[in-house]
Amino acid sequence: MVQTLDVTPDIAKAQNPEAGASKFCPGCGHGMILKTLAHTIDDLNLQEKAVFGCDIGCSLLSWNYMNVDTVQTHHGRTTPVIYGVTRANPGTIGIAYMGDGGGLAIGSQHLVNAAVRGENMLIVLANNTNYGMTGGQMAPTTMPGQKTETTPYGRDCEVTGKPAKGAEMVASIVDSNKAYVARATVSNLRKLRQTFTKALKNVEKGGFSFVEVLSICPLNWRTNNEGTWDRLKTMEEFFEVKEFVQREGLE
Amino acid sequence: MVKKLITEDTRMFLTGNETIAYAANAAEAEFMYGYPITPQNEIMHTWCKLLPKTEAGFLQTEDEISAGFSTIGGILAGKRAFTATAGPGNVIMQDAQSMAEMMRIPFVCAVMQRGGPSTATVIYAQQETRLTCFGGNGEGFRIVYSTAGHQDLYDYMIKSFNTAWKYRFPTFMLADGYQGKMREPVTLYDPASRGIKMEPTPAVLRAPGKIDVDRKANHIRNTFNLEEELMEVLDSYQAEFDRIAPEIEEYLEYKAEDAEILIIAHGIVARSAMTAVDELRAKGIKAGLFRPITLRPLAVKPLRNAVSRAKQVLFTESANGQLAQMILEKIYGLTTPYSTLFKMGVGVTGDDIVQKVESMVKTPATV
Repeated sequence: MVQTLDVTPDIAKAQNPEAGASKFCPGCGHGMILKTLAHTIDDLNLQEKAVFGCDIGCSLLSWNYMNVDTVQTHHGRTTPVIYGVTRANPGTIGIAYMGDGGGLAIGSQHLVNAAVRGENMLIVLANNTNYGMTGGQMAPTTMPGQKTETTPYGRDCEVTGKPAKGAEMVASIVDSNKAYVARATVSNLRKLRQTFTKALKNVEKGGFSFVEVLSICPLNWRTNNEGTWDRLKTMEEFFEVKEFVQREGLE
Repeated sequence: MVKKLITEDTRMFLTGNETIAYAANAAEAEFMYGYPITPQNEIMHTWCKLLPKTEAGFLQTEDEISAGFSTIGGILAGKRAFTATAGPGNVIMQDAQSMAEMMRIPFVCAVMQRGGPSTATVIYAQQETRLTCFGGNGEGFRIVYSTAGHQDLYDYMIKSFNTAWKYRFPTFMLADGYQGKMREPVTLYDPASRGIKMEPTPAVLRAPGKIDVDRKANHIRNTFNLEEELMEVLDSYQAEFDRIAPEIEEYLEYKAEDAEILIIAHGIVARSAMTAVDELRAKGIKAGLFRPITLRPLAVKPLRNAVSRAKQVLFTESANGQLAQMILEKIYGLTTPYSTLFKMGVGVTGDDIVQKVESMVKTPATV
């Protein structure tokens, strides 16, 4: 006997109901991050003010995920497109969504300078320790010893350096009176929603917010559910999950 | 809304870069994004100096990549935004320019050419002709005006904004550091006084209307899933580009009607050619000039007519034939022989052209 599920899916108002089935691989972290972000936009009633920009890489698949005006940009270039928008149209809640490659490698100069200038925007960086879309190469965030297509014998930190810690770097260069910088994880979506809430409230106040979200990539990691969860927990030990900078009065 | 500084015709003695900043204000440009590179810096300097009066916006970005992409952001937000660059900056701005091509974003950029390749020299060349017309990984769906002096800089900077927003292809004003740095008298005017109405600049991001009530959310992208899906879009762009080309094409003929030797030059080299034509005519040599003002799209029919009428053609450029290559393809089938005077990254003087044409009279071209 076939049973149909009659529970309506939990779709946020800021989530595009016409986008159809998720474009992300089964088990991918992007859907969790985006759904949480969409719910937070609803919580704060920001749909009309928000502009969402997505990078190249797996994050580009979010080009029609949100039910807010969206632009898909080039690899690493979401940050300048979005601060271009918010500079031209103040009061816009600009959100730049990217992976670790887009934020910490090819677009790192934009991240650094946007943070230094205190651009009025939120940067969400999904850190899954590899380049997913292009087939699983080493990213700046790849863990010591982690096997990727370009480190098939494991990342040798003597040769390629240690994993980039984006949130710590950004925290060290922002104006702490106007910034919110945090690292969150897809293992705790309730906490992620709180993090996004603070980050977006800070943007509403005219500040710069950066949220790095530890995410998962079972396909390129070649892990099953248990292995994926274990890997994420290992990442959480290496990349400290916490708020690094929080301006006063932010709840 | 920005405040316009020029409300009545004003004769000023300006550098070209200053002229461009005034023109952008006259065109009611609201925001400039830019990064320092010689020889376009004074466009930014002037723009910034005038900000308290114009109430426009400016952002100095971290590089030309971000200048290009943030300009796109400003345009999508519904502002008449622009940028300017040169040389290596023009090279790295191709990333943003190709996105503007693909997404039909009315991107406006003043390109003040300098010597290349690489860092080379800082003031002058015509070596960004090909790059500006066909840069990026695309097909050159771009409109390019090549200016020959300060009045041109003023007129075509204003026109670039309207062309870009009317046709929604990236539009470039191609000049050089000679024009940018040199002072000339120029008449500044309010475009409205010439019957020029500025095109509206609608927002794509945070467009008017409430999402799900008045409209759907806008989702714009430049990524396609299928080859055929891409080709369908590009075919429509090509058809549109071909359709509008006759409305956009501009050229100038100087004593070309009865010219036996037709000089083809663009930009400031065309001005040298005009002095050469006068000098040659005084010596009894029937020389004339064909100057394409739009390099993309080229005014092909008038060009073919002028070349057909002449006995010889001379291509001259401060580059190794970047314009000539574009033109030769368009005049395929004509048999008028031609010669060349190419000085890579170096100015071409009237004397250079006079001597070259005189040698062509003695020893006609055979190619």
